[in-house]
Amino acid sequence: MAELVPLRTAIEQLVRDGDVVALEGFTHLIPHAAGHEVIRQRRRDLTLVRMTPDVVYDQLVGMGCARKLVFSWGGNPGVGSLHRVRDAVEHDWPRPLELEEHSHAGMAAAYAAGAANLPFGVVRGYRDTDLASQTNVERITCPFTGEQLAAVPAHRPDAGIVHAQQADRRGNVQLWGITGVQKEVVLASKRSIVTVEEVVDELEPRPGAVVLPHWVIDAVSHVPGGAHPSYALGYYDRDNEFYVRWAEISRERDIFAQWMEENVLRESVLA
Amino acid sequence: MAVSAARRLQDGEVCFVGIGLPSLAANLARATHAPNCVLIYESGTIGAKPTELPLSIGDGELAVTADAVVSVPEMFAYWLQGERIDIGFLGAAQIDRHGNLNSTVIGDYDHPKVRLPGGGGAPEIATSVRDVFVMLKQSRRSFVERLDFKTSVGERVRVVVTDLGVLEPDGDGELRLTHVHPGVEPEEVRAATAWDLSIAEDLAVTEAPSEAELGALRSLRTKGAPG
Repeated sequence: MAELVPLRTAIEQLVRDGDVVALEGFTHLIPHAAGHEVIRQRRRDLTLVRMTPDVVYDQLVGMGCARKLVFSWGGNPGVGSLHRVRDAVEHDWPRPLELEEHSHAGMAAAYAAGAANLPFGVVRGYRDTDLASQTNVERITCPFTGEQLAAVPAHRPDAGIVHAQQADRRGNVQLWGITGVQKEVVLASKRSIVTVEEVVDELEPRPGAVVLPHWVIDAVSHVPGGAHPSYALGYYDRDNEFYVRWAEISRERDIFAQWMEENVLRESVLA
Repeated sequence: MAVSAARRLQDGEVCFVGIGLPSLAANLARATHAPNCVLIYESGTIGAKPTELPLSIGDGELAVTADAVVSVPEMFAYWLQGERIDIGFLGAAQIDRHGNLNSTVIGDYDHPKVRLPGGGGAPEIATSVRDVFVMLKQSRRSFVERLDFKTSVGERVRVVVTDLGVLEPDGDGELRLTHVHPGVEPEEVRAATAWDLSIAEDLAVTEAPSEAELGALRSLRTKGAPG
């Protein structure tokens, strides 16, 4: 049952050291503010799950919150590498980062299986690739046709965090535009947090929207701008310049640490 | 490169597009000879008609102009693995003579020299679309004898467009040089390839970009991010 609570309270109560945590968003509605709150609360030993880890995961990894990353494509879209993730993988700084990597189709199937409370998802991919031997998949045979397929274990995060445009006062949530894998993340996770741009008296139906009823969400937090520098369709555009700037901020450890101190650790989110 | 790839798209084909050169090529085709190409971006937008080039595959412009927006699990299950897509574009850090691609690591997997972004949609794109178009710059570091890591398989690769020319598979599935771009000598292309690249008997020179193509390119570029 969704409670409308400040973001700080939501993260305090629902994200714990050692958790498997998924903050999802496919370039749109990425829950940056929630990721920053996880950093401020100095969570440790997290297994971070995300199809497309980008800037906020670079920040979480660079601040030492994660011990493992489960992903399918990691980069700064349209710009280049994630320097903090690479530093962790290539030089163990600030701590070693274990990788479990899938294809997008594998990740999507794993979330969908988690949402359906099934043990695994099925894909045709991975065949004849080196990915099959590095990732967590098993060959299975279709009992009806004999076809060889790959089984991907379901994602069941301890905590799933997404950002949406709107909630009503009961905690029902609506998001629209590119809705990615957010519905599956909320349904697959044991505990879930949704940050929203706006709390409204009544949700107006939107074409193509995903509506999540309040009783599948644990906490809703009102965080206007909570997706910045990604975007919230109907509210603000993607801050493309920030993504370009991030390449410079994140390249060196000192500059990164100073930026995080000034822009994340000192900032208090009052919502 | 964008012009060469764009020319190979037929009007009405359904294309699975990534950001950068593939997006530029597909939008160039749509602005010139193939106005009915259907652009699908893996973020879930089907039939996107961007007027400017997106910086990321999930830009709002794509969702607003699309015929339909679907979830990511639906995109990969129903549309991609459901084999409803004609052409898929892939890039990579390394390619071998059979069109197998590496976008995962340079060096050893556990102790990489360079950790690359990873496979993303590539493993399933490579086995689910009818024809794979590869676009990457040609050098001995990228056109290798042996991949450091096989991220996706090459069996459906139909064409590789580089900054020097065009490679296409022969009857045995080995890539050979079929076109050089204007001003490029075949020996330059062989020198930029780590395997012993064979050259097609009917090697052709890519036709220079037309006025219409150049105009469309300029128009796309000035409105959007660098392609």
